[in-house]
Amino acid sequence: MSSQDIPEKNLPAEQGHAHGAVGTVEGDPFADPGMPPHEHRIQDIDERAAKRSERVVALLFTVSMLATIGFIASYVAIPHDKSIYLFPLGHISAQNFALGVTLGVALFTIGAGAVHWARTLMSDVEIADERHAIEAPAEVSEKVKADFRLGAEESQLGRRKLIRNTMFGALALVPLSGVVLLRDLGPLPEEKLRHTIWRKGKLLVNMNTDEPLRPSDVAVGSLTFAKPEGLEEHDHDFQNEIAKAALMIVRLQPDDIKDKRELEWSHEGIVAYSKICTHVGCPISLYEQQTHHVLCPCHQSTFDLSDGARVIFGPAGHALPQLRIGVNDEGYLEALGDFEEPVGPAFWERG
Amino acid sequence: MSTSTTTDSRSRGKAPAGERIADWADGRLGIYSLAKANMRKIFPDHWSFMLGEICMYSFIIIILTGVYLTLFFHPSMNEVEYHGSYVPLQGQLMSEAFNSTLHISFEVRGGLLIRQIHHWAALIFIAGMFVHMMRVFFTGAFRKPREINWLFGFLLLVLGMFTGFTGYSLPDDLLSGTGVRFTQGAILSVPIVGTYISMFLFGGEFPGGDFVARFYSIHILLLPGIMLGLMVAHLILVFYHKHTQFAGPGKTNTNVVGMPLLPVYMAKAGGFFFLVFGVIALIAGIASINPIWALGPYRPDQVSTGAQPDWYMGFAEGLVRAMPGWEINFWGHTLVLGVFIPLVLFGLLLGVIAVYPFIESWVTGDKREHHILDRPRNAPTRTAFGVAWATAYLVGLLGGGNDIIATHFHMSLNAVTWFVRIAFFVGPVVAFIITKRICLGLQRRDKEKVLHGRESGIIKRLPHGEFIEVHEPLSQEQLHTLTAHEQYKPAEIGPTVDENGVERKVKRSEKLRAKLSESYYGEDSQIAKPTAEEYREITSGHGHH
Repeated sequence: MSSQDIPEKNLPAEQGHAHGAVGTVEGDPFADPGMPPHEHRIQDIDERAAKRSERVVALLFTVSMLATIGFIASYVAIPHDKSIYLFPLGHISAQNFALGVTLGVALFTIGAGAVHWARTLMSDVEIADERHAIEAPAEVSEKVKADFRLGAEESQLGRRKLIRNTMFGALALVPLSGVVLLRDLGPLPEEKLRHTIWRKGKLLVNMNTDEPLRPSDVAVGSLTFAKPEGLEEHDHDFQNEIAKAALMIVRLQPDDIKDKRELEWSHEGIVAYSKICTHVGCPISLYEQQTHHVLCPCHQSTFDLSDGARVIFGPAGHALPQLRIGVNDEGYLEALGDFEEPVGPAFWERG
Repeated sequence: MSTSTTTDSRSRGKAPAGERIADWADGRLGIYSLAKANMRKIFPDHWSFMLGEICMYSFIIIILTGVYLTLFFHPSMNEVEYHGSYVPLQGQLMSEAFNSTLHISFEVRGGLLIRQIHHWAALIFIAGMFVHMMRVFFTGAFRKPREINWLFGFLLLVLGMFTGFTGYSLPDDLLSGTGVRFTQGAILSVPIVGTYISMFLFGGEFPGGDFVARFYSIHILLLPGIMLGLMVAHLILVFYHKHTQFAGPGKTNTNVVGMPLLPVYMAKAGGFFFLVFGVIALIAGIASINPIWALGPYRPDQVSTGAQPDWYMGFAEGLVRAMPGWEINFWGHTLVLGVFIPLVLFGLLLGVIAVYPFIESWVTGDKREHHILDRPRNAPTRTAFGVAWATAYLVGLLGGGNDIIATHFHMSLNAVTWFVRIAFFVGPVVAFIITKRICLGLQRRDKEKVLHGRESGIIKRLPHGEFIEVHEPLSQEQLHTLTAHEQYKPAEIGPTVDENGVERKVKRSEKLRAKLSESYYGEDSQIAKPTAEEYREITSGHGHH
């Protein structure tokens, strides 16, 4: 673009310094020189540049209209289960991609148009506005305080203590009804967190095959998840019960078991531990077969299954509870009772 | 009686329709008085003022898309068998919440896009609030008269985090369910009342059948309702206080320099809404977020590895992961410090944000209004404190991803955790010291620039062979801008013995204040800005050192 044909009268020099004249400061070298003179943009002085800006804005708005039509077309025309491969995004839903891009373009170009319009064509002359103190002038605040005193006096609240005290009493008590209403949000804790549905004689059922486990099913180095017999996925309270009853079963060499009680509660080296982490209750799922460590993937608490499942790293506060197991007459693994201590995260009443 | 006699002589000339509607509305709403003060209201221009706008717009986008999602989402935990179009999950048991989220993602056309816009906008909303608050913090915009608005913003941040948390828990997928379980475990750690709160929140034992419905009403009604109110109040106060501005020629504490709301700001800010919405829609079209179908429905005995909360809960997650597992048993009770301390720290770390403006105003004892922003370097102690806070936050965030870091960079998980444990305490101290030194260095540089001018890059050889760099003197505008900031003097306790020789008792708070003030504004904490005398002395000799 050439600026040679710009009419003389439009040039900044011809328009004068109407704006914030720069004063020379005698005393203070750092004094505020006042607002700098307004600098003109090319659009202010060259009508053709302004026309160009106008066309750009109009083009952006037109692109937006086209994109909206594209959005509707994608909605109607693209099957919603069509998947496409797009580098580097991989396999993505064609419709989601088309809708997102068209909507995004339709919105973005409206914004871009408006901003370009504001920046190139609307006046960019800076204006100074006065500020006023936020706090009221002294006479106003005096007046308000006097009004308040008058009002308070007329209410006789300060003088009639009986009214005041009973009112405060009533207002303090009435929210209690609201608090009481919250009581039925849930039951009291009672002993709920202390027990699971494990009982003496309940078989250990493999979570994956849904078959009762025999000792021969548990190989050294494998990690088996188990649930109590009779607990089915379709049961009404399955989620609540499995949240406490889920088991991890591993087989160790009996000689490797360092903890005496652990050995007693095991069967041929097979030990059953609660799968629920004692930290905040995530299911522990990672087993290192060489060291017999299990790791909770949520917060990385690490337990040593060969040593009473004590915590060897991470934020858990106590060992995993062990379930005492044995074998019934038919040769299936069974529980010899419930857990002796609460499973899952610790709580105030746990003790 | 006839009412046909015209009361408004102008209406005979048939004003334009828009004007007539405005006249009609003014007679009932008084809009002209409102517009008189606001239509040409001046807004200063600075890129960092857009950060708050990003927050507001993403909040509006979240509300718009959220309303759409409620049309299809079923906030119920009833178990159903899946028969939808996503083959890998067919026949699986899942809650209606998860089922309907799959329906939104796979069957409702554009449903996935709206879901992803909603989620992306939420992430951007909270990230925007953080950055916006940092801008307000580091420039001192929270000072009088804006402390209350800082608190409103703080509440919006905290509520935004919890709205986000309750929101991403709604689909009842394996990942979010794990997050809810974590929350429940954390609630259990609260002494005395924890178990009760957990029972009441979940309607019994975890997970129960209630929490999705309860989180739903909290997520779509309670919290956003409060937030909408706070946001309106926040904006009203921004309007009422008028915007802050940086020091510069013509800009003082008693004026506001910029461009008028109509038309420039209307177009810029209005256009910016579309820019933000457009960018988020593009992201949502391109980048998948929270693909719940890949995670599967929640089961309390299942988990996926690499479980991460949304980013804004990451630092809380990190605190929990790094904390050693302390547990104290006494008199039949358990104090679960290993979880409770991180929970308290989470509150404290956020709480510091809320109280900071009041601490600083107490230390300075400054009761004046401040509308001119500080450059961060000119408030070194504040800036250093902010960076120290951010360091603690980032270390926490890092800790929240310790498993991701360990697996991606092939490091020992234990080493990463130990690093977090140490860095959480050491990091902020180091960051504080470094930041303060950088700030002081920048202050010295400013002073140098004012007194000796700008380095021009032109090397001059003097007659006797010496090379010097020519320094260009600064313009009046620059001189003013670089020296406009105020420097506090440290508060002193004052004489402790009065004229009669009676010793005054110095309150401990007074001593603390003097100490803090010294660390804020003492000799080691700011570089005295150049005085007019220094400037004249150097410039009059025309000599350069």
